[in-house]
Amino acid sequence: MSGKPVLHYANTRGRMESVRWLLAAAGVEFEEKFLEKKEDLQKLKSDGSLLFQQVPMVEIDGMKMVQTRAILNYIAGKYNLYGKDLKERALIDMYVEGLADLYELIMMNVVQPADKKEEHLANALDKAANRYFPVFEKVLKDHGHDFLVGNKLSRADVHLLETILAVEESKPDALAKFPLLQSFKARMSNMPNIKKFLQPGSPKKPPLQEKEIPNLLAIFS
Amino acid sequence: MSGKPRLTYVNGRGRMESIRWLLSAAGVEFEEIFLETREQLLKLCQDGSLLFHQLPLVEIDGMKLVQCRAILSYIAGKYNLYGKDLKERALIDMYVEGISDLMQLILVFPFSPPAAKEENLATIAEKATERYFPVFEKVLKQHGQDFLVGNRFSWADVQLMEAILAVEEKVPSVLSGFPQLQAFKTKMSNMPTIKKFLQPGSPRKPPPDEHYVATVKKIFKLN
Repeated sequence: MSGKPVLHYANTRGRMESVRWLLAAAGVEFEEKFLEKKEDLQKLKSDGSLLFQQVPMVEIDGMKMVQTRAILNYIAGKYNLYGKDLKERALIDMYVEGLADLYELIMMNVVQPADKKEEHLANALDKAANRYFPVFEKVLKDHGHDFLVGNKLSRADVHLLETILAVEESKPDALAKFPLLQSFKARMSNMPNIKKFLQPGSPKKPPLQEKEIPNLLAIFS
Repeated sequence: MSGKPRLTYVNGRGRMESIRWLLSAAGVEFEEIFLETREQLLKLCQDGSLLFHQLPLVEIDGMKLVQCRAILSYIAGKYNLYGKDLKERALIDMYVEGISDLMQLILVFPFSPPAAKEENLATIAEKATERYFPVFEKVLKQHGQDFLVGNRFSWADVQLMEAILAVEEKVPSVLSGFPQLQAFKTKMSNMPTIKKFLQPGSPRKPPPDEHYVATVKKIFKLN
């Protein structure tokens, strides 16, 4: 046992990518076991490793954790990325949940039927530009700090950076009207742990390609 | 200002019901504002009350909280329903998230087209009896305690109780293979704050009906 967390998922972003980001931002090295065929998932199910028969699953501190939010909450709490009190946590949770809604929209685009893709993407980008990014631009403007909550790095900052980069993959100029988000992105990208995660060879996964979908469906259906 | 939390939503269960459950289980009285028109929602958006232009909204301790999970986590933390340490919180979070996946099926059910309802109902029954309820039956059996985590009442117990009753409304015999859950349900029903919530006249909302579905569609502009 190396003592490092072990991540069980397919070799793709999916619902595990936020976990990779948060561990990396916290400077925590981890191992990954990739599901490559249906039998791999079946084995995890039959040996009782998956509480609700689903991945992501992360082995950490003697637990086999499932449910992305539970995993992220634990990592954030353990590595002091969850604010200093209940009220800061409430702010962080609100921001993170909003970002999760946006991220889900972006993530779901590649699995939309061909005739719905354009409309779906347009809706996601519209939400980014009009519902979500303005909120975080205003938060940063109102307090003038480098970080979203409590003048200190938290999981909210990590999720915001992750989401910004995901949106920019679909629309490179998505931050054109958001100067503070642009400087936020630059600052965050230069933080040592995150800089390392953004370099080639890190655990960061590339965007899902359509050609990968059949294999993923074979594992998960 | 009464100092009580104030909940703004439609007059129905939806995404606010878990919050009503948790506040009530914690013995916290609250006020409710019910939206009936889209104009009322737009007004809230315009006056900056809704961070992401969405409901639920809960005004509590000087904050305008949105996003169900943020609201529920805050209430759980404030009223000591979130375990004693990070590891108990992890267990509570896992249980709550799993139950939340089951509750999501129930949440969307009234909005599914008539042709899909029979299949969706079967899915609810299947997931409840094969994926979710067996987990909690086993948890209770293994430690033999009254509550799911840490031998103490927590958010997980409230969420499980809500889910059991919600599924039973659709599948009355759903607990027939789960003796531990039957005993759990009885114990929970007899806890004073929950007993009060289960009585007529409490803030508990009835199951969604056609009027509720129509109101939601109108206010949130859904198809």
